[in-house]
Amino acid sequence: MKTIVMPGNPSCQGCPHAIGLKALGLALEDFVLVIPAGCSTIIAGIHPKATLNVPVLHVPFASAPAVAAGISAAFKRENKKKNVVIWMGDGGADIGFATISGSAVRNDDIIVIVSDNEAYMNTGIQASGTTFWKAKTTTSPAGKREDRKDLAAIMLMHRVPYVATASVGYMNDFIKKLEKVKSIKGFRFIHLHSPCPPGWRFDSSKTVEIARMAVKCGAWILWEFDGKFNLSPASKPYKDKNKRKDLKDYLKMQGRFKGLSENEILEIEKAIDKQWKYIECFENI
Amino acid sequence: MQPIDCLISTPDKGSAGKTGLWRTYKPIVDEKKCNSCMVCWLYCPENVITEGEKCIEIDYEYCKGCGICCEVCAKKAIKMVLEE
Ligand SMILES: Cc1ncc(C[n+]2csc(CCOP(=O)(O)OP(=O)(O)O)c2C)c(N)n1
Ligand code: SF4
Ligand code: SF4
Ligand code: SF4
Ligand SMILES: [Mg+2]
Repeated sequence: MKTIVMPGNPSCQGCPHAIGLKALGLALEDFVLVIPAGCSTIIAGIHPKATLNVPVLHVPFASAPAVAAGISAAFKRENKKKNVVIWMGDGGADIGFATISGSAVRNDDIIVIVSDNEAYMNTGIQASGTTFWKAKTTTSPAGKREDRKDLAAIMLMHRVPYVATASVGYMNDFIKKLEKVKSIKGFRFIHLHSPCPPGWRFDSSKTVEIARMAVKCGAWILWEFDGKFNLSPASKPYKDKNKRKDLKDYLKMQGRFKGLSENEILEIEKAIDKQWKYIECFENI
Repeated sequence: MQPIDCLISTPDKGSAGKTGLWRTYKPIVDEKKCNSCMVCWLYCPENVITEGEKCIEIDYEYCKGCGICCEVCAKKAIKMVLEE
């Protein structure tokens, strides 16, 4: 167990990627990181110093799965038991989706983690496929009109050995999932929820609180598939809609939702309810 | 083969310089309230919190003053104080 993130790195104050990367070091022993372009490329350090105390390969978006699968195959040939982990953003997962999908179909022996801050942050907060409903970004200045894709569910439908969601607000849950995942063979996918202070417009002290609020109002659902689909303990209570915290409180904390009308909030609520209906179906398979 | 060591970055503190200079607010720990549960250590994005003798210690050379430690502490043992 080691903390792989070195102090004094270039991440913004309260950065969710930095918290998430920490969990990797705490859960995994011997691993290599493959990082396509994004904030994490910068966080990884400015030459001649590096931030991450593990080997890192910086790669173009779509090549990440091929690079990771290649390293994984080479380790196997040398009889080395090491994990190869792709750490990418939601934008990377949009742009490189075809190759992630291909890698899942081939069941490459790699771990893919998408640290989802719900926009292309490193290039200036452009909306992605997973950007929250109605959120204001630089490419959706009046609020995102498109629906939000459920990346983890799409990966689940690739019928790979392991798919889970996680959150930087629930580090113990994320670490537990990583610990399980490290001894599973084949393609493993974790979709990590990563609230970003400058991108979502909230104070840097609130990253963890907002991540927890997302779970408590039912907007982000923690689950795991390891052969069987299970809601994670932190999300279980919120299957019951009456137990969910007020969605408005979650939205109010973030500048990207400023000026939403009652009607728009209702639309978001409906979208969240629909999301839970899918989860219930998965639970019953 | 030409040596390329000079092109390889090595892990070290301060790849972005002395990030303590970024701080507006400084986290101050009350050693009477802190029970060393290390929850703040788990969530500190900058990884500057360590276990001290009486309570946790913060490396102010690199602490960016984000305030997450203050928010996650159930004992309310950390206060954010405006830097002078
Ligand atoms: C092939 C290619 N296209 C575009 C870019 C520009 N680019 C750099 S980072 C980025 C977006 C990254 O967004 P995301 O993956 O969500 O990571 P984040 O910065 O939000 O952590 C883009 C489009 C690039 N580096 N390479
Ligand atoms: S923009 Fe967001 S994700 Fe990117 S470094 Fe800053 S806090 Fe981290
Ligand atoms: S979270 Fe609070 S009580 Fe726990 S170690 Fe940190 S300062 Fe001390
Ligand atoms: S203010 Fe932020 S960087 Fe400083 S010790 Fe607290 S959590 Fe870590
Ligand atoms: Mg992103």
